[in-house]
Parts: sequence; C-alpha cells; structure tokens
Amino acid sequence: MEALGAIDLSVARGEFLSLLGPSGCGKSTLLRIVAGLSPPTSGRCELSLGGEPGRGHPAGHIGFVFQDPTLMPWSTVSRNVELPFRLAGRVRSIERDRVAAALRAVGLAGFAHAYPHQLSGGMRMRVSIARALVTDPDLLLLDEPFAALDEITRLALNDDLLRLWEASRPTILFVTHSVFESVYLSTRIAVMTARPGRIAVDLPVNLPQPREHAIRTSADYAQMCETVSAALAGAMAARDPR
Amino acid sequence: MTSRRFWRILAPVAVGVLFLAVWEAAVRANGIPPYILPAPSAIAQSLWVDGPSLLGSLLVTLRITLAALAAAALIGGAISLLFARSRILELSLFPYAVILQVTPIVAIAPLIIIWVREPFLALLVCAWIVAFFPIVSNTTVGLNSADRNLLDLFRLYGASPGQTLLHLRLPTALPYFLAGLRISGGLALIGAVVAEFVAGTGGAETGLAFRILEAGYRLAIPRLFAALFLLSLTGIVIYLLLDLLSRRVLRHWHESARTTEDE
Repeated sequence: MEALGAIDLSVARGEFLSLLGPSGCGKSTLLRIVAGLSPPTSGRCELSLGGEPGRGHPAGHIGFVFQDPTLMPWSTVSRNVELPFRLAGRVRSIERDRVAAALRAVGLAGFAHAYPHQLSGGMRMRVSIARALVTDPDLLLLDEPFAALDEITRLALNDDLLRLWEASRPTILFVTHSVFESVYLSTRIAVMTARPGRIAVDLPVNLPQPREHAIRTSADYAQMCETVSAALAGAMAARDPR
Repeated sequence: MTSRRFWRILAPVAVGVLFLAVWEAAVRANGIPPYILPAPSAIAQSLWVDGPSLLGSLLVTLRITLAALAAAALIGGAISLLFARSRILELSLFPYAVILQVTPIVAIAPLIIIWVREPFLALLVCAWIVAFFPIVSNTTVGLNSADRNLLDLFRLYGASPGQTLLHLRLPTALPYFLAGLRISGGLALIGAVVAEFVAGTGGAETGLAFRILEAGYRLAIPRLFAALFLLSLTGIVIYLLLDLLSRRVLRHWHESARTTEDE
C-alpha cells in the first residue's frame, strides 16, 4: 500500500518543523525515510549534516525519539543514554561526561543508576530524549514523542524540548497530531493529508522567540491555532468525503 | 511477614499434614498391609533405614539430570542462536526438533542404549532429548522478539550484527531462556528416570529409578515410596533453585522477577 504520495519538502538548518496530520497520513513513514530506516519507493532524500553534503551520514548525526521511550529495560538510565557511544565503540571519560551532561539537561542527574521501570512515563521519555541528544546531532527526529503522556507532563516536556533546541539548535522534524503542540513548538508547520500522505499546506509560525508559557494564552497564539486548525480541516475534507 | 505470604506457606503445609494424617488413619483403621499401601510412618521409617543407600542412588540420577540440563542449556542455546541467525536453518530444522520432542522417549530409549555403549552417556542422551526442546523453542522466540524500535535505533547508530546480538537480542532472550530452563529442569529429571527404567541396571551404578523398579519387584513398597519421595523432593529443589536463579538474574528489570514489595 502506498503510504506517502509525492512529498516535496526542504528544511533549512536549525528549523523546528512540525509535521501535522491525521493518523495514517504517513508522517512516521516520512520520518523513517529521512532517518534512512526505510528506503523511499521513488525519489530521494538528501541530507546535509555535519557540514558534509551528500546522502551518507555518519552515525550519531541523527537523533530519533519514538512514541514509546524505547529504552532497554535491563540497562540503567546512564547505560541507556550511553548506547550511541557504546555502539560506536568508544566510551571514554569524555563520553561519560556527555552522558552526565545530557541527563542534567533533561533534569535526571540523580537518576543515572535507576532502571527504567523505576521511572514514570514522563521521566522515561526524558531519558529517551537525552539519548537522542547525547551525540549532539544535527538532525533530531521526533515521532509523536508526547502522545502517550498526560497533559501536565506533556506541557512540561514541550518547554524542555524548546529549551534544548534553543541551546544547541539542531534541525528538528516533529511529528504530531496536536494543533496546539505544533503551534507552540515550531517555526514552521507542514499540514499533511491522508492516504496517500502528502503536504497540503506549509505555514510559517511567526510567534516571538523564545517561546514561553505565557504565549499559550496570547491572541496571536489563538489566531495561529485557528489558522492551522482550519488548514488541517481543509486538508482532511479535500481527501476524505467524511 | 505479610499475612498473604504467611498463607502461601501455611495453607499448602496444612493440606499436606491433613492428607498424611487421613492416610495414616485410613491405613491403620482398615489394617491395609504395607505391600498394598504403606502408612506414612512406615515410609518414614524406610526412609530412615534405607536412606543412605537411596541417597547414593539419588546421586547417580542427579548426576545424569544435571549433566543433561547443562547440555540442554548449552546445546539448546547454541541451536537457538543458529536459528535466530538463519531463518532458512530454523525453517528446515525446527520440525525435526518438534519430532524429537513428541516422540515418546520410552520408545526410543532402547535404541539409544544399544547405540551408545557407554551407559552414563546413553542415559545422558535420553534425558537431554527430553530436556532440550523448551530451551530451544523459548530462546528462539526470545531472540526474535527484540523491540522493533530498538532494532531501528541500533541500525540508526550503525550497530553491527554482533553488537545487535550482544546488546539487544541476547538480553531480550534471557527471560525466555530462563523460563525454558525452569521447564527443562523438571524434564531432565523425568528423562533421566525414564531412561534408567528402560536401561535397568545397565552399568555398575544404579540410579533411583532402578531402585524403584527393584523395590516393586520385591514388594518392598515402603522403600518404593521412600525412593519416590526423594525423587519428587529432588524435582522440587531443582525447580526452586532454577526459579531463584531466574529471579536473581532478572531482579532489576523483568516483570517476572519483581515481587510486590519493591513496587
């Protein structure tokens, strides 16, 4: 089955782009293609990472966060975050320091030796984000990372993600089906349609940076949410007679 | 000690004591001769008198059981690794592992005893055939049930097949392997006993199974029961030890090893 239609999308370095769309619109497939985990059936996906243009990219230049925390339950938090280094065959004191720094950045400095089952859902997701960030990637791919979390945890993690993005400015592709989340987080939103997925509308988000919680109650934010909601409704109506 | 734990120990003990009491009373009241059904007291006496010689036989059976279990764990684990490595190999060989498993060991034990001259080795092979399958089937499933997202993540970070095996597939398979090992522990004992039954004395040493046969022939029924008791006890101890091993190994992370206390 064809999950994705023709996608023509270019993302600038340091952008925070949200892919917004209904379930089954191929957002995740698109992310997998970008990560090099699935080949595109046709066309190509070019990445220019770490200053070296071309298709091949060395491991560690891309970070990936799944909808589930996807941790290894048999390893401690720090061993989980250390994974990218361990697979690259180098875990020296420099790497250990970076693991500790990544854990500090997500507010889990005191949990390095805890096991995943001892943590809450939100904390596990933080570990997952720390693991994706520990290699200081140029591109961070997030596949509905907060969809399974409660509202309070979700808002807190939204702010944390923004803070982390502002600190090192990786390019972010963020898959979500929440209008409010996409407007709050991104600098640009690509609204997708389902079956086959393609990009219906491409909207810049011109809200002030850095984003803070107060924005959520501002008129501009409400206005933008309305625009995006309308775009999403339009995209779904165009494809789906229901 | 919580009251639930208390009941978990007390309830079965109470049932056991009650059962033995009724048994003892029934035998005495009806004057049942010991060669039909010995009273628990007679069995206990036989256990005391024949204990040392029975323990010697138990040691013989135990050696076969443990050797078969070790072989099942090693060879079974190795077969699973091969199966996980190559789908073709799994598809072509797995049915034969099933055939080996479903063929009654009693039926093929005489052949094995003829083919394998060395008695200890012959019994070992029999017990191994009974014991290896749960380990192979469980571990194979375990090696193939690594989290898909984690597999993707390993690919993203350029992990080699060896790294994926070592850091992902093997840890995932560990609880499955240990569950298989627990089943195989009991099966290895059964396999050893069945093989001894078929083999008879076979060699110079006699295992517990042969002592049971012998006691049956001589109508030394209390001794038969005593040997049976030792056999069951051995099976329980093997299970408990493997269960303990499993809990120790998995205590930090696996659901099966977590008690209600640390939640």
